[in-house]
Amino acid sequence: MSDTPAPRHIPDRLDKPLTSAIFSWEALLVAVAVVIFVVNSFASPYFLDPWSLSDLTFNFTEKGLIALAMALLIISGEIDLSVAAIVALASTMMGMAVQAGAGTPVLVAIGIVVGLGCGAFNGLLVTRLGLPSIVVTIGTMSLFRGIAFIILGDQAYKGYPESFAFFGQGYVWWAFSFELTLFLVAALIYWFVLHRTSFGRRVFAIGNNPVACQFSGVRVDRIKFILFCLTGLMSGVASVLITSRLGSTRPSIAQGYELEAITMVVLGGVSILGGAGSILGVVLAAFIMGLVTFGLGLLNVPGIVMSIFIGLLLIIVIALPIVWRRLREGRFA
Amino acid sequence: MKSLLKYREIWLLAGILVLIGLISTRFPGFADPANLRQVFNDTAILMILALGQMVVILTRSIDLSMASNLCFTGMVVAMLNAAHPAIPIPVLIVIALAVGLVLGAINGLLVWRLNIPSIVVTLGTLTIYRGATFVLSGGAWVNADRMSADFINFQRVAFLGIPVLSWIALLVIALFFLAMTRTAIGRSIYAIGVNPTASVYAGIDVGRTKFVVFCISGMVSGLAGYLWISRYVIASVEVANGYELNIIAACVIGGISIAGGIGSVGGAVLGSLFLGIISNALPVINISPFWQMAISGGAIILAVVLNARGERRQGRIILRKAEAA
Repeated sequence: MSDTPAPRHIPDRLDKPLTSAIFSWEALLVAVAVVIFVVNSFASPYFLDPWSLSDLTFNFTEKGLIALAMALLIISGEIDLSVAAIVALASTMMGMAVQAGAGTPVLVAIGIVVGLGCGAFNGLLVTRLGLPSIVVTIGTMSLFRGIAFIILGDQAYKGYPESFAFFGQGYVWWAFSFELTLFLVAALIYWFVLHRTSFGRRVFAIGNNPVACQFSGVRVDRIKFILFCLTGLMSGVASVLITSRLGSTRPSIAQGYELEAITMVVLGGVSILGGAGSILGVVLAAFIMGLVTFGLGLLNVPGIVMSIFIGLLLIIVIALPIVWRRLREGRFA
Repeated sequence: MKSLLKYREIWLLAGILVLIGLISTRFPGFADPANLRQVFNDTAILMILALGQMVVILTRSIDLSMASNLCFTGMVVAMLNAAHPAIPIPVLIVIALAVGLVLGAINGLLVWRLNIPSIVVTLGTLTIYRGATFVLSGGAWVNADRMSADFINFQRVAFLGIPVLSWIALLVIALFFLAMTRTAIGRSIYAIGVNPTASVYAGIDVGRTKFVVFCISGMVSGLAGYLWISRYVIASVEVANGYELNIIAACVIGGISIAGGIGSVGGAVLGSLFLGIISNALPVINISPFWQMAISGGAIILAVVLNARGERRQGRIILRKAEAA
């Protein structure tokens, strides 16, 4: 009935000639980052100062930590919109613990465990019941933040211990804040897991074809469950950082972070449809968003106007390669 | 399949009736026709928006920019009204529809011409449109005292005992019902959601239809923009912040499948009503309004779990994969 296709050699890793490296997404991001960096240093005399640059990183480290885990989740073809709500719930729980007199180690543990628990809840709903993650996490987003609102109402928790402030305000070495160091270490770990382990290969494979993976003996549901747990865990970590940095908890904490984290991931070249992306891209995108926000901040541009630039950046960076390819192929419009 | 759809809406309707019954045990006046009319009127804007979101979701897309579009368009009409109070309200409504349409068409063009996933496009325009509102207004508010009396009262005038706002919602519901069940475009929207590849072979222009649905959701957001501003009599950058998720929640509770192709006008209306009843009932039965978010979150999850049972039809997943290949 049909010709048997010749057995095809499938390489473990595709060859990467120099040209493909030059025209890669990451190279485009580096170029964008350099342009923004240069423009910023001309636009403001305060920009090229190690401490300014260190301050800059606070703009993206917390969201960036979430984005790292979110990248894996999106590559596997799922999404988690509840991350900011997890941050809020974890922060609220830490606030309750403070009222009960908990010390710093307990607070950190509570933040991380609550995050992990929320992530596991999402993961169970998606994998056990086979529900679409985008809807499940819209639901849990309201649920988690809703619980924070029930507990706190219009109140706020304060009075975190002084030692707790280190996570969001302390410096590890010179201008390297704890947040930045943690982000860089986490990025390295996520890079290793995604690009150098069989687990990472499976994440890509699941994103490309979950059914084929299932038939190839990959435990699709278990890996997705782990990814949801990781995303929850990172949200818990981010919650510790942001709570420590602000020193107080309101139920509206981290509002809108989910969309910013997803913007980072997509800007970083991760396909929203799953199956493609890299950690390097996400880290670059995090830096770019930090640079844009901080640079515009130095120029006294209000935050809401910055968001226009972030939105435009997202659409333009995604659209540019498409337009360029079509122009080259001469079949635009 | 048709009986299945009917079954789902009847389920939801039954749920709403039970809910009203439960609320009535604690607050007897709730089921009063006058109060229910009030609840409908309070939910009218959400219904209009949910219908716009529904047509987008039916084609396997999503529009996250609706609330920002609403905010921008609302600011445009409010500033127009403040500067030129003489412009009659029907003209302002046409302007609101047109501005909303343009913003929706931008989304639609990016999705249609550049093939960028709608979630990415509208994630971008969500921030852009709200930011543009700030640029347009310079961060200033338009307060009630700068709006003309007509602008504020137009939707409050009672006609046959029902406010104009409710009439507009009823008109929109009727239009959507006719469009979805009696026109070619309505049927194409369902066809694309069920099977995009087969739709192409059936002669449907998938890209252009997606463009059209984004235009529809944009127009609807524009209309809602005027209605929202004149109802809450303040136009600011913060208007309807985060509301896009309420709209999607109404659709999900109404049984509209995020995977496309499944959902109805009745579902979107009932899903909105469900949320509207909860937000109206909480204060009168002495539950803190802070519970509302968690309750609607729980309702969404419950709705998804229940809907997933009906959706798990054989063959569907195979078709979806064939299309991706």
